[in-house]
Amino acid sequence: MKYMADIGLEVHVQLKTESKMFCGCSTSFGADPNTHVCPVCLGYPGAMPVMNGHAIQLTVTSGLMLGCEISNYSKFDRKSYFYPDMPKNYQISQYDKPLCLGGGVDIVVGGEQKRIGMTRIHLEEDVAKNIHFGDCSGIDFNRAGIPLMEIVSEPEMHRPEEAFAYLLALKRILQYADVSDCNLEEGNIRCDVNCSVRPEGSAELGTKAEIKNLNTFKGVLNSLKYEIDRQVEELESGGTIVQETRRWDADAGMTYSMRTKEYAHDYRYFPEPDLMPVVLEEHQVAELRDSLPELPAAKKARFVSEYGIPEYDAGVLSADRKVADFFEATARLCGKAKSASNMIMTEMMRLMGETEMDIDQVKITPEALAELVSLQEGRTINSNTAREIFAELFNNGGMPASIVEERGLGQVSDEGAIVEMVDKVIAENQKSVDDYKAGKEAALKFLIGQVMRHSKGKADPQLAASKLKERMGN
Amino acid sequence: MPELSIKTITELLTLLDKGDISSEDIVRDQLAAIASNDAELGAYIWSSEEDAILQAKEADRRRQSGDSAPLLGIPVAVKDVLNVKGQPCTCASRILEGYTAVYDATSIAKLRQAGAVMAGRTNMDEFAMGSTTENSAFKVTKNPADTSRVPGGSSGGSAAAVAGGEAVAALGTDTGGSIRQPASFCGCVGLKPSYGRVSRYGLTAFASSLDQIGPITKTVEDAALLLEAMAGGDPMDSTSLIEPVPAYADRLPDTLAGVKIGLPKEYLGDGLDPEVRAVIEESIKVCEEAGAELVEVSLPHTEYAIATYYVIATAEASANLARFDGVRYGARVAGADPIDMYCRTREAGFGPEVKRRVILGTYVLSSGYYDAYYLRAQKVRTLIRRDFEAAFKQCSVLLSPVTPAPAYKLGEKESDPLQMYLGDIFTVTANLAGICGISVPAGLTAEKLPVGVQFLGPALGEEAVLGAGHVFERAAGRQ
Amino acid sequence: MPEKKIDVRYVANLARIALDDEEVAVFQKQLEQIVGYVDKLGELDVAGIEPTSHAHPVTNVFREDVVRQGLEHESVMHNAPEETMDQFKVPKIVE
Repeated sequence: MKYMADIGLEVHVQLKTESKMFCGCSTSFGADPNTHVCPVCLGYPGAMPVMNGHAIQLTVTSGLMLGCEISNYSKFDRKSYFYPDMPKNYQISQYDKPLCLGGGVDIVVGGEQKRIGMTRIHLEEDVAKNIHFGDCSGIDFNRAGIPLMEIVSEPEMHRPEEAFAYLLALKRILQYADVSDCNLEEGNIRCDVNCSVRPEGSAELGTKAEIKNLNTFKGVLNSLKYEIDRQVEELESGGTIVQETRRWDADAGMTYSMRTKEYAHDYRYFPEPDLMPVVLEEHQVAELRDSLPELPAAKKARFVSEYGIPEYDAGVLSADRKVADFFEATARLCGKAKSASNMIMTEMMRLMGETEMDIDQVKITPEALAELVSLQEGRTINSNTAREIFAELFNNGGMPASIVEERGLGQVSDEGAIVEMVDKVIAENQKSVDDYKAGKEAALKFLIGQVMRHSKGKADPQLAASKLKERMGN
Repeated sequence: MPELSIKTITELLTLLDKGDISSEDIVRDQLAAIASNDAELGAYIWSSEEDAILQAKEADRRRQSGDSAPLLGIPVAVKDVLNVKGQPCTCASRILEGYTAVYDATSIAKLRQAGAVMAGRTNMDEFAMGSTTENSAFKVTKNPADTSRVPGGSSGGSAAAVAGGEAVAALGTDTGGSIRQPASFCGCVGLKPSYGRVSRYGLTAFASSLDQIGPITKTVEDAALLLEAMAGGDPMDSTSLIEPVPAYADRLPDTLAGVKIGLPKEYLGDGLDPEVRAVIEESIKVCEEAGAELVEVSLPHTEYAIATYYVIATAEASANLARFDGVRYGARVAGADPIDMYCRTREAGFGPEVKRRVILGTYVLSSGYYDAYYLRAQKVRTLIRRDFEAAFKQCSVLLSPVTPAPAYKLGEKESDPLQMYLGDIFTVTANLAGICGISVPAGLTAEKLPVGVQFLGPALGEEAVLGAGHVFERAAGRQ
Repeated sequence: MPEKKIDVRYVANLARIALDDEEVAVFQKQLEQIVGYVDKLGELDVAGIEPTSHAHPVTNVFREDVVRQGLEHESVMHNAPEETMDQFKVPKIVE
């Protein structure tokens, strides 16, 4: 029998706020344990939560970017369960009135485009961090209370690759919306995965297993591959799937059942009496809608039409909003979009890859790159020099024109000087001259290279080529 | 025999202003009263001479330097449920033994700003759950009017301290009557402000949608002074009301002329103790003589109030008390794993009434019961609110008994929780509706047990209930 | 014996409160009685009535996204029943 899988994702995204969801403690990462805490996020007697308005706004912005319907009435609820990482032993979350409903994410897998529907987005508070020691555990509450947006998809993905593509697309949109740093190393995005299998053709979804707390996209991909195989094997060997929570062990490459003494979950949701409902007026939502950034797909299309760059380039450049912004600023400054795009897609991406730097961290500015492109286009410098200067700008900043001047890197376009060098090269390389005359085009490249060497890379290669041909009697 | 701690705030402020006494004198006098009486009365859980004197000296210094804060140098006893930085806050529970408050409740911070001295912590029913203060894990508090009887609860320590001359004034909290009922039992004034009028930040929550902090004092004027200092919007409490705070004490009237007082017929029916009824009937007459116009009103959903209250209050409490788990503060009983540790800590740390209510609250929220109990209770709560909205279209305040009977004997109702709950019938409605109410001493039974009368006002109607209470108090000859 | 309304031991476990047999017996009786009384809410027709979660109809109470100084680490750990490496120590969590 053939089986198909149904996959749904619950993605928890840490919102980009300065302070926590319900108190003024800092959200910054990496502080000493239990130093970003207060009576509220420690669940002290008498402490009360107060909503961070910015977190609400970021969630609504996300909802608008993802095509959700924004609830005009939304509220928070208490979700009760006892766990040491939960300061109040209830989590403030949203049960039946989340901030956003519906929406979806477009993905492309194997050349095929598909829209993955979303159920909802709600806002809640993060829990603390458990650290396991030999015979005990320790709790650090710095993370407790950080705003988390939970994005719940419909179970509309059928292959692990679709889940992976969904996550990438979602991350891109959230970065575009600037609602989260989406830093996976810092746990900014964590996923719970629901997965079930059913015989192909069967209309009814199978019993699902939930894989909890995956913090890499690769983990989602690999755990799903494993889990789908496991469920199919289980069914094929005559077994049944138990509804349960499983954990992904990346080292072992397998999921395993979490042994739990818990009774069946009974979260006892009820409206949070300490927080008032959120009522969003039409005009407030409209204001946010008007200030939304462009979606990646729209930006890509615009890059093609507005700047005349190839679709492939536009796709690469628009993948990261900051790279896209850098490109656009450069293209506008120098008016030479294709050259700007080439420089970013080759030199910039290569150096960023080598140095593992983010575009935020590099020293080169769009102004500098625009000037560099102009210098090259105006043949003040040749492409070798341009690459060299790019590396200098990338690492140390500055402006290209002054670097060219300081170091005397200006291209030699003086005919007399070039002819002098050409003649010298012809005299020294009779064999290559003969080869060229015999029709070997490669010989010309070698001779140009020799001219460049003589000029210490500064000769205008086009001029050198034409003079070479001329002197060799062509 | 104490001389200063039996006085009212207004009397002491006059003496302080004249320079006849210092805050230190008052605090020392109060400490002496505690030292001599409290072994018998059991009103306090904790007091520190060093801490109180230090604050009093600071107040005296402020006064000498020309500070004219409204309560400068007045000691206030604080129910053990409110966080006062550096002091214990046990809520009369074993589970909070060892916890030291690391911050001031907003109400406390405001009182400090007004110059008050936080002069010790009063006994209460554990986590404010009870009507007798017998549910304290630490001690029994006795009614100063008759030490064989309960002081009421849950703010029994505060009421007993004020009535027994061990406190100039005190703070209580009221979730279903816990300020008004002990005030009535002990013979003092107890004000429950409208929900949200005083910030709850720093009040260890019992039922978040019902809890309010309020004063327990010797006079209505004193209650007005304390309320004025504590009331107002608070950025730390989203449920606090931001409306401006009137100068309550300055605006107390001399007459009830032109005031319509509603008499809710459901509060004056069967089941009222005859002596209480007699006091209430007399009180109605006093009001009438003071110029009030009386109208009969109806609060038709009154008979559902207790059921509604015990569903909502216990549900909220079950979540509010979940945080007491022995992880971050308070007492801990070791366990094999975290869950085992919770179960043991909470078994040892909570008394029977708290366990009973937490279990009830857990039950009414649990899967399959939510709609039948919690959701339904919230809907009935709407009906109860509407009853009051309709009533307050006909009058500006309501007059009613505080409790069906005067203070009972210690131990009398311990084994029958439901009977105990039913005694809250005249007080829980104000909490459910979010309105304000005051209990003012109105008379004595043949056994000299105090009986209070309750004035209820609409949300933010504090001026009206303080006014009615003030005029009544004077007309009844108690001031 | 009428139908049992409440499974005290199960609910107490949800609330993470251990109870001995004697307590279960006492609570069983008392809670049945209380729940029996509370059942009177069923008498009322509440169709179409909005539930009240808050006493006053206030909405949209927000704070600015501004960092405020929290508690001193020392005072926080001072209240901890047990501590290890600047963290709250608990029995080993088995996940």
